[in-house]
Amino acid sequence: MKGMTIIVKTISSWVKVLIFLFGIYIVLFGHLTPGGGFAGGVILASSYVLLMLAYGREFAEENLSLPVASKLDSVGALLFAAVALCGLCCGAAGFFFNFIQQRWFAGQDRAFDLVSAGTIPLSNIAIGLKVGASLFLIILVLSMFRPDTSTNEKE
Amino acid sequence: MSVPLPVFVAVPLVTAFLLPIFGKKGKSAATFLANIATIALLVLAIASIGQSNVYKIGKWPIPLGINLVYDGLSSLMLLVISVVSAAAMFFSIRYMEQYTAKAKYLSLFLLMVAGMNGVVLSGDIFNLFVFLEIASLSSYALVGFGCQHEELEASFKYMVLGSIASVFILFGVALVYGNTGSLNMAYISQAIQKSGLNAGLGFALGLFITGFGLKAALVPFHAWLPDAHPSAPAPISAMLSGVLIKALGVYTLARVLFNVFGVTIPIGWILVVLGILSMVAGAFLAIGQWDFKRLLAYSSISQLGYITLGIGLGALIIARAGKDITAEQLAWASLAILGGLFHLANHAVYKSLLFLTSGSVEMATGTRQLKHLGGLAEKMPVTRATCTVASASIAGIPPFSGFWSKLILVIAAIQAGFYWVAAIIVFVSLCTLIMYLKVQRYVFLGELPENLQQTKENKGSMLVAMVFLACLCVLMGLLLVPGLRETILTPAVNVLTGGYSYSADVIKAAGGM
Repeated sequence: MKGMTIIVKTISSWVKVLIFLFGIYIVLFGHLTPGGGFAGGVILASSYVLLMLAYGREFAEENLSLPVASKLDSVGALLFAAVALCGLCCGAAGFFFNFIQQRWFAGQDRAFDLVSAGTIPLSNIAIGLKVGASLFLIILVLSMFRPDTSTNEKE
Repeated sequence: MSVPLPVFVAVPLVTAFLLPIFGKKGKSAATFLANIATIALLVLAIASIGQSNVYKIGKWPIPLGINLVYDGLSSLMLLVISVVSAAAMFFSIRYMEQYTAKAKYLSLFLLMVAGMNGVVLSGDIFNLFVFLEIASLSSYALVGFGCQHEELEASFKYMVLGSIASVFILFGVALVYGNTGSLNMAYISQAIQKSGLNAGLGFALGLFITGFGLKAALVPFHAWLPDAHPSAPAPISAMLSGVLIKALGVYTLARVLFNVFGVTIPIGWILVVLGILSMVAGAFLAIGQWDFKRLLAYSSISQLGYITLGIGLGALIIARAGKDITAEQLAWASLAILGGLFHLANHAVYKSLLFLTSGSVEMATGTRQLKHLGGLAEKMPVTRATCTVASASIAGIPPFSGFWSKLILVIAAIQAGFYWVAAIIVFVSLCTLIMYLKVQRYVFLGELPENLQQTKENKGSMLVAMVFLACLCVLMGLLLVPGLRETILTPAVNVLTGGYSYSADVIKAAGGM
């Protein structure tokens, strides 16, 4: 796969950065504006998918190789579980307990700040990582599939 | 000691995502870690027997938040899941050496365990669906793990039928939510007690029976099982036949019918008829099979019929008696359900053992066609011994566990006045004996074929896992001894015979309303 024409390549090399930034924005502001970890993760993955479509699979794989993406995927899930487990460990609280907000920001009117809502932004970042990496992996693996034509040609 | 309930889900889930980080080099570390996780789960499941509590995730009060419920039935299921998964995981240490990508296998295995633990603990019907999907999706991947043509085909068939079941269940959940305004099973049950079933809820009930029936592979819905279970690697077949169809099918069916919707006479009959159909059809189909694992898979359908029949008989007795149920009727209903649940635990142990022995035979000889095997009794003494114990157990030969659960079912059927059901139970038991005599005859007795002269017994972890399960097969009968029965089986039966009292218990324990 050689990729598409020079026009598509040039435009997508500009646009991909904007898409990636927009994805990060959606993930980070997930607790304040519409969107969140999942939607942001999908946008993050789509910037790489755009790269894959414009430049070909090999180029995208050079940027984010399969083992690295697979590890990012696991790290995202682990971070999410770690946030949940911290809730279990911190004091007499429960699994998924929002332990940050009650401890440090009690009584302060910090609602609608970027740093607010306790563990929710952390969970969003973890989900964004997980969804972005796994969606990229799914599309990468699907694009690797080629129907086996070699046997038919021989016959 | 009180174990926080999310641990049962969190331990396998976290371990599952830790394993891929080790990569290709840390295979033995990954195997070690996965085994630690399953053994830890077994220890936790034993440690938490007898407690009953409701856990509110994130401290959100119900019905706003999700809650996990640990009662007698969950406790029994957790115990069964963790015993079988510990044995199957230990068996995999050696058996999975013949496949590549062992770390991925271990991850998927642990994800499946996490899903099943979640299903039996969840007190929220949508959360139950989510965990059910986690377990199902990982099992689709595990069935096709060998990546041979046949395995991928079986996996695809399983995936299509499994997804249809999931859609049915999801649709049912949506209808229930629309009609009762709650996803919490205790609150749904309360709403149903107040206003009764309307058309939407009745349709949801039908969808649940079909969906969970498909997951449980009861007879009209069984088509995927005989392909999917033999195609998976042996420890996974053991997990699928041993616990997956029970946790995802029978447990959910029992929970939703008894505790949420409440049993009625038609529901009791549906369960009894599905059970008898599965028993008879599964047994007849199994006798004709010449593929070792396929025979075991059909036999699973037949044995699942016993479990459904026991639970169905209990439902029928309770529903017939109605509100003014006498102590005697309740005792017979309890006995029928006890038979069903005890058979569930027994079947999990001996069927997973049978699948493990079939894996051991396949690894040593390279085939699982009964016609190509024979005379392995001397070559593989331990496999032979454990397989004989499991066969005797499943056929219902007295000191072994299977005998006791079938005896209880027969007694319950006779006492409830269903003489023909008792006759069918005995008849199917005879068919079971025939199919396992066939296994013994063609695999371990008879003449040793030329090409199998060099066969050697498998070593190490595979033997330990098989011997462990064989010991359980012999000892499981002890669960009926007064003292042990009150700690494990009776609380599970009481949850089902208690019916609607589940909702009051949960709400009280969670401190709601």
